[in-house]
Amino acid sequence: MGTTTVRRTPIYESHKRLNARLVDFHGWELPIQYEGILKEHLAVRERCGMFDVSHMGQVFVEGKDSLAFLQKVNSNDIGRIGPGRAVYSHLPNEKGGVVDDVIVSCLGPQRYLVVVNAATADKDFAWFTRQAQGMDVKLSNKSDHYGMIAVQGPKALGMLSADYPAVAKMKRFCALELSVFGQPSFITTTGYTGEEGLEFIVPSEIACRLWDDLLAKGRSCGLTPCGLGARDTLRLEAGYLLYGQDIDDDHSTLEAGYGWVVKFDKGEFLGKSVLVGQRDGGLQRRMVGLKLLEKGVPRPGCAVFAGELRLGVLTSATFSPCLQAGIGMGYLEGDVAPGTKLAVELYGRRLAAEAVKMPFFKK
Amino acid sequence: MPKPESCRYMKSHEWVCLEGGSAVVGISDHAQHEITEVVYIDLPKVGLKVSQGKPCCVIESVKAAFDFYSPVSGEVVAVNDKLAQDPGLVNRSAQDEGWFFKVKPADPKEADSLMGHPQYQEFLKTPAAHGSH
Repeated sequence: MGTTTVRRTPIYESHKRLNARLVDFHGWELPIQYEGILKEHLAVRERCGMFDVSHMGQVFVEGKDSLAFLQKVNSNDIGRIGPGRAVYSHLPNEKGGVVDDVIVSCLGPQRYLVVVNAATADKDFAWFTRQAQGMDVKLSNKSDHYGMIAVQGPKALGMLSADYPAVAKMKRFCALELSVFGQPSFITTTGYTGEEGLEFIVPSEIACRLWDDLLAKGRSCGLTPCGLGARDTLRLEAGYLLYGQDIDDDHSTLEAGYGWVVKFDKGEFLGKSVLVGQRDGGLQRRMVGLKLLEKGVPRPGCAVFAGELRLGVLTSATFSPCLQAGIGMGYLEGDVAPGTKLAVELYGRRLAAEAVKMPFFKK
Repeated sequence: MPKPESCRYMKSHEWVCLEGGSAVVGISDHAQHEITEVVYIDLPKVGLKVSQGKPCCVIESVKAAFDFYSPVSGEVVAVNDKLAQDPGLVNRSAQDEGWFFKVKPADPKEADSLMGHPQYQEFLKTPAAHGSH
């Protein structure tokens, strides 16, 4: 990718000052790490860490048909969340694949915020626009207007409650509109680490100021700036999917083992008939988590075997800092139950592994 | 362990130092920094024949895997067992306690073809030094 196309988040200058190691992530120049992935990973599990996720996109949905529209494009039941609540959902396509995975927040009657992935923001918006035809909804892609900061870990909410008292009362998957430095902003108690925490969505102009302010105030309780490296190991330990790698337009939510995100009883939605067929007819392949029983670090793309039978490849895999072992997930053929003995092919060798239930790590 | 100044270096950032009858090998401090936190090294077994410039083991960090190219040819006579329990030793002490293995060199003069320490320091300033690890 040419350097001219690389985009920087509003927090870029602070990353430079913190000596972050920057990489090109889907066209965004983002920190892969500051001091080290392992250190950052453990900081989030034990105390709290902070991530610049400003590359994520924000789409606002407003108007009389906003709920009807969101029910059509989401597999989860958006009707179940009232103002102040948020939900994780998938956007199925007509063949049962996934356009994106998103978090939908209800801001008020007929007013919703959809947080989408960076690499898919434009695709999602085009998809929404197409699906909203004939409906009374106003869609606004405000991805360029907002910065986003995730604060995650057991100490995150406590640390923030001094400056943001409302946070102390927020359960998981709540959404709050508030003023940050006098600017209309949002906090959602969501994240991608498997820990408690929240995400700030603030106008780009104040994102860097908020980052610096949080860092200065959080240092005393161990708040650590964290990069994409730790974000990936944390989310994989938590069994979370990475769009474009673990799910895409050709793999369904059910195959991914995320059946709880599909609410068949909520009425019609895109791709429902295909998903009903998969539910009733069974699946050819499904996402399986595995743990290496020998030393070694599995990587995405590694083939997985049961005996001599090649069952599939890993879509995500890494070294788990909390389990001190290689872990991975991938679509395997058949019905591979937890405890099944498997082998992962790595550099021409087969390493012993075992199918395990996800999440890999739970406190 | 030998000082970095008395080692010879590959362009792929492995070092070798002749010590008595054997050659000790490892990766440079620059390489450990580039690789980031090492979590596993698939060290060769004692008795394995290695060849100069050929990959003979894999270094794993959280993010990626890196080939280790042997800086000399010969037979592996010892491996650093401490790395199995504490791979982070490579990051903390790449050119001392984090050595990889020892080789009985087939040709003690073979290492002369590699860069000396001053040459390697100059090499690190060039763009060619970045990206192979």
